[in-house]
Amino acid sequence: MNLVQLHEKLMAAARANPPSDAVPYAFEKRVMARLADAVSPDRWLAWWSRALWRAVTPCVAVMILLGVWTYWTTSNNTNKETLSVALENTVLAALDHSGDSW
Amino acid sequence: MFNLESIDEKPAGMNNDPELIAAVLNGDLASFEPLIQRHQPRIFAAIRRYARRESEVEDIAQEVFVKAFQKLASFRGEAPFEHWLMRLTVRTCYDFLRAHRRRRELPLTDLTETEAEWLERFAVQPDSAEETAAAARELVERALEHLSPAARLVITLLEIEDRSVKEIAQLTGWSVSLVKVRAFRARNEMRKWLEKIQREIRL
Repeated sequence: MNLVQLHEKLMAAARANPPSDAVPYAFEKRVMARLADAVSPDRWLAWWSRALWRAVTPCVAVMILLGVWTYWTTSNNTNKETLSVALENTVLAALDHSGDSW
Repeated sequence: MFNLESIDEKPAGMNNDPELIAAVLNGDLASFEPLIQRHQPRIFAAIRRYARRESEVEDIAQEVFVKAFQKLASFRGEAPFEHWLMRLTVRTCYDFLRAHRRRRELPLTDLTETEAEWLERFAVQPDSAEETAAAARELVERALEHLSPAARLVITLLEIEDRSVKEIAQLTGWSVSLVKVRAFRARNEMRKWLEKIQREIRL
């Protein structure tokens, strides 16, 4: 048996019988439904992620401003003990007056 | 952002691929449907060269269109959309072949009676064995199933679809020299299978 000829014959058989191009009924609708399912959660995720990214700049700006303001107010205050004393007084105020209620 | 409300409405006044693609990229998901309708027959025919079961064919076709949608932004419009889609199809089919490599150690005795008769007729008088016969068709399918994924892809594109080496390189993403090497190996694989068949039926 001539194998080269057989090879050619089989290839000719494949060429002579092209596959069908039939498409299942409403195939495109199925694909569209799958795409719509895939797209809808992304829509909210995309919105949320965009919102988060947009919020980064103002948040950083506010943080810097507060930091500068805090630094500025504390450095302008000449009495270094004032803030710590005030904090201590506030925290321990309840204890100072705890005996009064008895 | 995609407009999902208009998914059931047919886009009006858009007939060519570039317009539809631009509309999809601008968020009109419904414009993708006419693109599918237009190209699906060719895609199905191409896939049926590599997958036999209809359920597999449908799964691959669906994967092709979903990938096309996801990668649509990468379509630069230098070549027709159909070519781009066909590249995607061929690569998806190749992935499918590699993933479903039912290593084709199918026994050769699986040849049906009609296939064996066709081969015997060919051995006696090659011209009497018609290539349009169902047995010849089945035999080709069987031969292709015994090849490795790369060999099957190359034989299909090169010898059955009559594509050039350059075209195959573009479709598969392989270099021209790699296509040539794989074509050489594919023919060898095919020849070895035919030799086995020859020994099996003692012709």
